[in-house]
Amino acid sequence: MPQDLGIITRRAAASSLSGLPSRRRDTGGLATDALHLARWQFAITTVFHFFFVPLSIGLVFFTAVMETLWHRTKDLTYLRMTKFWGRLFLINFALGIVTGLVQEFQFGMNWSAYSRFVGDVFGAPLAIEGLAAFFLESTFIGLWVFGWNRLSERVHLACIWIVTIGTGLSAFFILAANSWMQHPVGYRVNPETGRAELHDFGALLTNSTLWTHFPHTILAALVTGGMFVIGVSAWHLLRGHETEVFRRSAAMGLVVSLFATVGVVVSGHIQGQQMTKQQPMKMAAAEALWNTTQGAGLSLFAISDVGQGRNVFNIQLPHLLSVMSTNSWNGTVEGINNLQRQYERTYGPGSYVPDVGATYWTFRVMVGAGFLMVFITLIGLWLFRRRELESAKWFLWFAPFAIALPYIANSTGWILTEVGRQPWVVYGVMLTRDASSPTVGFGLVLTTLVGFTVIYGALAVIDAYLLVRYARSEPPTVEAPAAGPTLVY
Amino acid sequence: MHEGYLNLQTLWFALIMALWIGYFFLEGFDFGVGILLPFLGRDGVDRRILVNAIGPVWDGNEVWLIVAGGATFAAFPDWYATLFSGFYLALFLILAALIFRGVAFEFRGKGKHPEWKRWWDRAIFWGSAVPALLWGVAFANILRGVPIDANHEWTGSFLDLLNPYALLAGATSFLLFTLHGGVFLTLKTDGELRDRARRAAELLAWPTTAAVLGFLVWTFVDQHGNGRVAPVVVSILALAAVAGVVWLSRARRDGWAFLATGLAIVGVTATIFLDLYPRVMVSSTRAANDLTIWNASSAHYTLTVMTIVALVFAPLVLAYQGWTYWIFRKRISRTDVEAGANPA
Repeated sequence: MPQDLGIITRRAAASSLSGLPSRRRDTGGLATDALHLARWQFAITTVFHFFFVPLSIGLVFFTAVMETLWHRTKDLTYLRMTKFWGRLFLINFALGIVTGLVQEFQFGMNWSAYSRFVGDVFGAPLAIEGLAAFFLESTFIGLWVFGWNRLSERVHLACIWIVTIGTGLSAFFILAANSWMQHPVGYRVNPETGRAELHDFGALLTNSTLWTHFPHTILAALVTGGMFVIGVSAWHLLRGHETEVFRRSAAMGLVVSLFATVGVVVSGHIQGQQMTKQQPMKMAAAEALWNTTQGAGLSLFAISDVGQGRNVFNIQLPHLLSVMSTNSWNGTVEGINNLQRQYERTYGPGSYVPDVGATYWTFRVMVGAGFLMVFITLIGLWLFRRRELESAKWFLWFAPFAIALPYIANSTGWILTEVGRQPWVVYGVMLTRDASSPTVGFGLVLTTLVGFTVIYGALAVIDAYLLVRYARSEPPTVEAPAAGPTLVY
Repeated sequence: MHEGYLNLQTLWFALIMALWIGYFFLEGFDFGVGILLPFLGRDGVDRRILVNAIGPVWDGNEVWLIVAGGATFAAFPDWYATLFSGFYLALFLILAALIFRGVAFEFRGKGKHPEWKRWWDRAIFWGSAVPALLWGVAFANILRGVPIDANHEWTGSFLDLLNPYALLAGATSFLLFTLHGGVFLTLKTDGELRDRARRAAELLAWPTTAAVLGFLVWTFVDQHGNGRVAPVVVSILALAAVAGVVWLSRARRDGWAFLATGLAIVGVTATIFLDLYPRVMVSSTRAANDLTIWNASSAHYTLTVMTIVALVFAPLVLAYQGWTYWIFRKRISRTDVEAGANPA
């Protein structure tokens, strides 16, 4: 609720931000440049990290279901599927883990002012993620990989399910932390220390934003896994490889994708309505809606003059934005200019408008990619039901390219979420420009920015190479029953 | 109010100490195995055995670091902020090393070309050696003191970290982890590889003892003014343990030798933390600028919530990680790897 934020945030803005003028040393333009670099570093490392996370969450679920089917039916095809997709999961998982390391520490490195101000609230879900979820994933993944001959089938199966649960819990606590940045609840700013302090941990975990973010993210991860499984299976089916393994894989991919893509759309819609209430500026920017409008149209293509605060060109579907965000034909949707004036009254002078171009276009690309995936999944299912999937060469040829779609949607989705929140790092409470490390200068941030970017770039190439190579390889052969040396480390 | 030890700040100081001890004990031998990889692994089969010796567990071991970082963030946000923005480049080097090392374990077996494995093995070596050295440097500086101003902001540079005391600490942690890894391998391998691991351990034991002695004496000289008994006791324990490794290794008491290197790691780490308490980072600028468990901590409510969470999950984690070590307790032999009975 934006109303209940009002009082707290105003006080927070007054006491914690403008009230701490002495902390930032005056380093002139260099500090601003360091801030920009730190923001780029966060953007690059986070988007890169999130390149791997959704596929891990999605693929481990597929792997767990396949192993369950093998356990139930003793059909060796399911065991081969488990090993084939499990191996791809592991290649991908490794990068998710190591890029996650950087995430844990870069708040302290580049955002020390943020860490001091919010550590009390934000640190808790992060620490709990490590203790409750990350330990679980990392320990049981080792057991799963090396345990084929040492554990009973039942325990081995339990291991992959525990990893699946662990990845989900991980996502939950990380999103709890992020949701607090979007919609801060359960805290107050201590006027003595000038820091945010947690006073209701339950509120943090029941944050309404978390409960729309979490399903949307998990479903998006399942879509990522689904599109990946469909695409890779299609590549093999087109060539007539191992049709039994890949027909079943494709069918699973299609069914999961059907539920997950529809779920992503529905949860995304609910998120949009929530965003209109909680972060109206983000919604206004995402729609390039400059002035508060009743019965606002949904923009399909707009060119804005940001300086003047208006659109030069705009194609829109009448009334649809109002219907989508307020459930009423003539509902009022607040515009950027009106919100800017309102925010200046609340928080003082300054610009409270995010990068409208980035917010508007990432929103459209994300939604576009999402609907495309629904469409592709429906076509695939229709072909499958008519038993024409393997003969529909055009679909099999096209499906591997569609693997790019979830990646595009995941990345633009996060860019929308984070860029749309600017200039705030914690919405209504702390500005991004006040959050960086005052003692970390331009040269230092540049060093790590270049360093991480080069390392990540190199690893991305190697990872893509390995994924493609192993995705094209034969599914491992297995001897009945369950001899399993095939997962090579 | 700030008296006695029965308060949440002290509890969290102790828990974070325990997390670092756990991390150094567990990832210590992972680092050691990585450092010894090029020296003990004569051929591809050897190297695969060495990697497999830690393969199932290294990932879980590394999480101790993540949780130590997260717990510091939640319980002592100021400590987290000052430490990582201050030790910026050192932390970057550690993270870069851990990134390469982590993917190397996963990727080394996935390429056919002989150069492929060689490159990843180099990544494992450097990815283990760099953090093994830098963790010692970092913790010595936390205790020795670094430039910190009245706002708890770091005012030094990377070069401030490279003083003789810290470098000795770096050498100590490097040697201690390598020795720990060598002794660990005597438990996990057999045949000729095991003999080589034992020879490496015997070779390393004296220099490591000397380094530990040097570091602990220097620490005592610097810190004995605080009049504490506990750090002295754990120091002596650590020293006795590491000095015993030579004898235990020669007597082929590998299990005891591993316990001894482990105890040495526990003792050295505990010495640093016990000398620190109740400070968490010492300011070399002014004692008044020290970060302490009082001025760097979260509020009471957060500490209470985190305590409950830790009480629920920590025993669980210990139980399942312990179970993992039990499952993978067997030695790995050449025949295992050659027969492919082990995922290499």
